[in-house]
Amino acid sequence: MSENKPSASLSAVNLDTIETHEYDVVVVGAGGAGLRAAIAASEGTARVAVISKSLLGKAHTVMAEGGVAASLGNVDSDDSWDTHFYDTMKSGHFINQYRTAEIFAKEVPDRVLELETWGAVFDRTPAGKIMQRPFGAHSFRRLAHIGDRTGKELIRTLQYKVIHQNVDIFQEVTTTRLLTDEAGRIAGLFGYYREDGHFVVFRAKAIVLATGGFGKAYKVTSNSWESTGDGAALAFRIGAELMDIEMVQFHPTGMVWPPGVRGLLVTEGVRGEGGLLYNSKHERFMLRYDPVQQELSSRDVVARSIFKENQAERGTPHGGAWLDISHLPANVVKAKLPGMYEQFLSLADVDITREAFEVAPTTHYVMGGIRVDPETEATNVPGLYAAGEVACGLHGANRLGGNSLGDILVFGRRAGMAALAYAQSVDYPTLIPAQIEEEVRRVLAPFSRPDGERPYHMMSELQEIMTTYAGIVRSGESLAAGLEHLELLRLRAERMAVHGSRAYNPGWHTVFDVESLILLGEAVIRGALARKESRGAQWRTDYPEELPEMGKVNFVQTWADGHVVVREEPVEPMPEHLAKLFESDQAPGVVRQAARKANQGGGS
Amino acid sequence: MSEEMVLSVFRGDQTGGREEEFHVPLETGMVVLDALHYIQAEHAPDLAVRWNCKAAHCGSCSAEINGRPKLLCKTRLDQYVGQVVHVRPMHAFPLIKDLVTDVSSNYRAAKQIPAFSPRTPAPFTMYQRDVDRVQEFHQCIECFLCQDTCHVLRNHNARDRYFGPRMMAKIAEWEMHPMDTQDRREFLKDVAGLPMCNVTRCCVEVCPEHIVITDNAIIPLKERVADLYWDPIRAIFRRFQRSSTSSQPSSTITS
Repeated sequence: MSENKPSASLSAVNLDTIETHEYDVVVVGAGGAGLRAAIAASEGTARVAVISKSLLGKAHTVMAEGGVAASLGNVDSDDSWDTHFYDTMKSGHFINQYRTAEIFAKEVPDRVLELETWGAVFDRTPAGKIMQRPFGAHSFRRLAHIGDRTGKELIRTLQYKVIHQNVDIFQEVTTTRLLTDEAGRIAGLFGYYREDGHFVVFRAKAIVLATGGFGKAYKVTSNSWESTGDGAALAFRIGAELMDIEMVQFHPTGMVWPPGVRGLLVTEGVRGEGGLLYNSKHERFMLRYDPVQQELSSRDVVARSIFKENQAERGTPHGGAWLDISHLPANVVKAKLPGMYEQFLSLADVDITREAFEVAPTTHYVMGGIRVDPETEATNVPGLYAAGEVACGLHGANRLGGNSLGDILVFGRRAGMAALAYAQSVDYPTLIPAQIEEEVRRVLAPFSRPDGERPYHMMSELQEIMTTYAGIVRSGESLAAGLEHLELLRLRAERMAVHGSRAYNPGWHTVFDVESLILLGEAVIRGALARKESRGAQWRTDYPEELPEMGKVNFVQTWADGHVVVREEPVEPMPEHLAKLFESDQAPGVVRQAARKANQGGGS
Repeated sequence: MSEEMVLSVFRGDQTGGREEEFHVPLETGMVVLDALHYIQAEHAPDLAVRWNCKAAHCGSCSAEINGRPKLLCKTRLDQYVGQVVHVRPMHAFPLIKDLVTDVSSNYRAAKQIPAFSPRTPAPFTMYQRDVDRVQEFHQCIECFLCQDTCHVLRNHNARDRYFGPRMMAKIAEWEMHPMDTQDRREFLKDVAGLPMCNVTRCCVEVCPEHIVITDNAIIPLKERVADLYWDPIRAIFRRFQRSSTSSQPSSTITS
């Protein structure tokens, strides 16, 4: 076996020999948002690259199950963009950026059809159109899907589209720093190839961050290892603003048992297809918490209800609730939920066509993220764009199921287009060698302290802290204690050690994941402390009510001199024609449907 | 449960290597990937293993467990109680380090496949019964276990001459799409190496998504190619046709 190749020592690194590439647009992240951005940016003759820390097609998008929400109206003809907009704003508890939600609801049907043009094959209605299924807090059956594997369909379609475009793809490259020029504009990025650890610099006019969320900050999570918040942390460190970062979604139904699969997602499609939730007394407890929407209430409500049932000692043996779909014919369950059937059978020895199974809340999604312009996804750093889970604006305090797959398509495309337009308007920026030198030293430092802390242990301690003090239930007291623990952990993490060579060394990779997550963990806690109320995903026992004045603010965070600074920004008010939609308790399409039915009734 | 398992894990790179033994406490429902994570955290932090979702959705953690190509995240450890669990990298691909192999040949092959090109833009009118058979191929998670077990690739190292079962399923997916207009038969025969498959069905046995690659993708593709090239009447017909289409080069193959 060869050791230390390339050498871990700094003296062996010559800045002039670092592999360097030049691109008009560099997209960081190869999930749905990144690939859609790259497709948009490569429509012309621009030089476009995608950098991914995994192999192509493996990104977290692949794990999305239930579907992509779009008001195609194939099943419920009364659906329309304004109803989708209404549902999205309402479930976001009105701290979403209205313009983002408006663009989203209007454009997402076209983005779904575009996937069909590129080869995606969604399940069909009897009339031969794209089938749509019901989902929590959507007024109509709205989610286009392929069984319970919609994310895979989406990423595979985009993956095969992008490899046939004029795009260079760099697989298994970790980005550790964004580079800026003298004026503070984006100039490129620094990273390394995971395969052998050699460094690489990309000089770029524009960068699109599409790196996803940071569900790995928590112990019980539905997220893959990749969701370590790289993009948000990279951007935050060079001056980009974060917003509403305290809003972390806990999906109501994750697997609970056996321990190895704890947190693994159980799609909302199970409830969409008719699955019912029971407590240990065999009561359908959702009838108490939300008599109208019941099992298909919004995720924040269902997750909290399961948590409360356990507090009241009506939970299942492993601290969850029973989910039951066995009243449906076995062949229907297998056809509509094939992944769930297989997942429970092979990993938990449970046949979901015959018996109920345990579920409990699991960390799922981050609504907050990098603050971006609704039209262009531009951040406050010139040349830097962000789309998908890493960005903030669409989901407010709670994301609707099926809205993230639409999010990545609509805003991935817009970010790619805007980054391309920007790149065409500027010259290549000048890199600052000192930034690269500093970064080389920083990323190699863990090799020079063999007695330091183990990165894997730092990771589990961080997850323990975030879960205990800043999880589904929070209070001023728990958050303050969490902050203290996190600060101690941060100091210890400055001394993380790496053993072995730079060649495919997961210990080394974990160092950067831990650093990003500690930074974002602090941002989550500081945001949660500032938001002295309960709203959507944020549930504070010391402020249990949703407060009208808090509904008028977003919390924006910046990184200044090594400190997180939180400030309030007013939520952009809706123009009158949109605000009017909310005068009724019912969504516009539901009102129209009722009127139509009344007319038909009167006519007959 | 306090049972202890012994894992013998390959450590090494292109220059050589050997299996190393590790002891791992067995927990209820544990999979082999859990055991490898335990080894990373407690004994060998630089143990290289590729994984992403740990839910059998992404197909990253392919390896060979006691000689069988499997997903590390879907293989329960309790089935090996009383045995040493040997974990080795996929044999058909060049080794990078430990359990990580270079699977880039798959991506190079994928790039060459003439892309889906529909008659019209969506929305399409397609019925469930028409898409059922292509949806089977959409289940593929690109774990490349079928490529690993395919003897054309594994024993004859013919990655440059045969694209392998995964890519045959991908091509079948587009070929059988009701709206597709491409003709990939010449490509299948001359570039993708379809004739090299001699239908031993090994790929079907290892597919974690239970895709019946040989019967449902490869054999129908072979029939299409045979129709074009070895049907005597069509062959004569084709001779006339070719004179008018011979100016169409291999440009349909994206480089």
